[in-house]
Amino acid sequence: MTAPIVKIEGIAKRYGTVQAVAGVDLEIERGELFALLGGSGCGKTTLLRMLAGLETPDSGRIVIDGQDMTGVPPHRRPVNMMFQSYALFPHMSVAANVGYGLRREGLPKPEIATRVAEALALVQLQTLGERRPSQLSGGQRQRVALARALVKRPKLLLLDEPLAALDRKLREGTRFEMVRLQEQLGLTFVVVTHDQEEAMSMASRLAVMNAGRIVQTGTPHDLYEHPATRFVADFIGVANIFEVAASRWMALRPEKIRLAAQRPDTAHAVSGKIVDIAYEGDRSLYRVLTESRGVMLVSTTNVTRTRESLFQRGQSVWLGWNDDWGQTLDE
Amino acid sequence: MSSKTSLRAVIAVPYAWLAVFFLLPFALVLAIALGTNDPDSVPPVALGFSLENFARLFTDKLYVAAWLSSLRIAAVSTLGCLLLGYPMAYAIARATPARRPLLLMLVVLPFWTSFLIRVYAWIGLLSENGMLNQFLRWSGLSDHPGTILGTEWAVHLGIIYAYLPFMVLPLYATLEKLDVSLLEAASDLGAKPIAAFLTVTLPLSLPGIVAGCLLVFIPAVGEFVIPDLLGGTRTLMIGKVLWDEFFTNSDWPLASAVAICLLVLLVGPIALFQRQQAKSLERAE
Repeated sequence: MTAPIVKIEGIAKRYGTVQAVAGVDLEIERGELFALLGGSGCGKTTLLRMLAGLETPDSGRIVIDGQDMTGVPPHRRPVNMMFQSYALFPHMSVAANVGYGLRREGLPKPEIATRVAEALALVQLQTLGERRPSQLSGGQRQRVALARALVKRPKLLLLDEPLAALDRKLREGTRFEMVRLQEQLGLTFVVVTHDQEEAMSMASRLAVMNAGRIVQTGTPHDLYEHPATRFVADFIGVANIFEVAASRWMALRPEKIRLAAQRPDTAHAVSGKIVDIAYEGDRSLYRVLTESRGVMLVSTTNVTRTRESLFQRGQSVWLGWNDDWGQTLDE
Repeated sequence: MSSKTSLRAVIAVPYAWLAVFFLLPFALVLAIALGTNDPDSVPPVALGFSLENFARLFTDKLYVAAWLSSLRIAAVSTLGCLLLGYPMAYAIARATPARRPLLLMLVVLPFWTSFLIRVYAWIGLLSENGMLNQFLRWSGLSDHPGTILGTEWAVHLGIIYAYLPFMVLPLYATLEKLDVSLLEAASDLGAKPIAAFLTVTLPLSLPGIVAGCLLVFIPAVGEFVIPDLLGGTRTLMIGKVLWDEFFTNSDWPLASAVAICLLVLLVGPIALFQRQQAKSLERAE
């Protein structure tokens, strides 16, 4: 196995009385799409900005591709960033924006022109090079920002909420587009996002952050099926979390529970009454008021087209599960 | 009253004001400029249609020299204001938001004292036995310091001092709006601090630079008080020439011709200023 491209060791950063990042250790592998996921104020953006060199950590070390980068200013790091606001230069054309980083390297003009054209072709903007950023749509601006960040082929491409400013339809298409680009170019992407669906669907691995710390790192599957803490179980997807013993909890995903009119032959079963139904077409979500565990969420996939297969509001039902269908948690 | 008539009424007020207090006096000045000097009548003008006064402005070496020296002094002082004002405006724009009002107030504070008194104060600083020379002699830096008062240097100092706020305020307005993430992006893409300044900050603050320079340059060209008080007899500026023609020589037609030429000369930069303003408004939209 090759050495990780990024090694973060005991990084901490404090703003006044706020501990933004409180001791983070993290390794990011070469060529992966890594996501930092967390709510607002969890420290994910501060961590990303410290990778870019835009913030200096109070303590700890950042090693990028074997070199200690902790005190190195942003313009001397082999790292480029796509800003949440895109930060496109309003007084420059699209081509000039994309070529800005190459001009700073003092490359010959013909080479800059070729590489700018290549980068614009990668994001399908080859015809818009002469436009100003103000003449572009939000989606086009997003792609200019992406082209400008990857034209220098950085060892590490940092993306701060890259899809947050796009509308929902555009976001889904762009998500696949970015994964395709990342795989095609073989670059290492670090994406910061608050959107767990985005992080889960894009990332090869992700870290969930809370209150300045990394709570859990793993593949999307690891985090969904084997959450380490109640916070992760609750933050990623939906989970029924209930106490099974003193200081031991069970996190049970709604789709893992068996919903039936009769008591199912599972190790555990509770009876209850359906209080709410959210019919989403492909699946239905039921809120069931159980006798022993309060309100629980159950979902079923609507594989048949008949109405008779659906449960009705107010109906008495049974919920069943086995111990290994959910994750047992200690904290 | 329909909204259209009320709108017209609102627009009519400034137009009427301009007609009565600018257009009408301007016509009077033009009429005087086209007349000839007649010391015996009151006022000392014989109306007529003679372009002789204008011709003299362009042929007499004194006037040409006054024009050129006015433009030069105004240009150098404007440059001085820019070099001094840009770092000031930049520092204020980058100060914490809580401190900015105080710093801006300090820039505007000199306006609380009369302009004339502030210029007189410079005489006390720069004269032969002024505070500057007293300090030089007392500190032993120079036993026989030269006198700045009465030279062009004194005029430059006076203009830079008096007009600095007009440079700082428009510069501050554009620099304050500058998105910090643009500088971070420049740095992230490999720009050293000086390159980031030259490629991002400077071009984006150009509207402020143009506005500040014109706000200083336009009034500085026609400045009378500062060269009169600080420049002494050796400094030739067109505003002073105008004053002398009018009050000392009582040559009203010639003074009027100078006034009209000054106005025409400054229409160019003012038009440039307005075009720049319109452009930056457009960009803001």
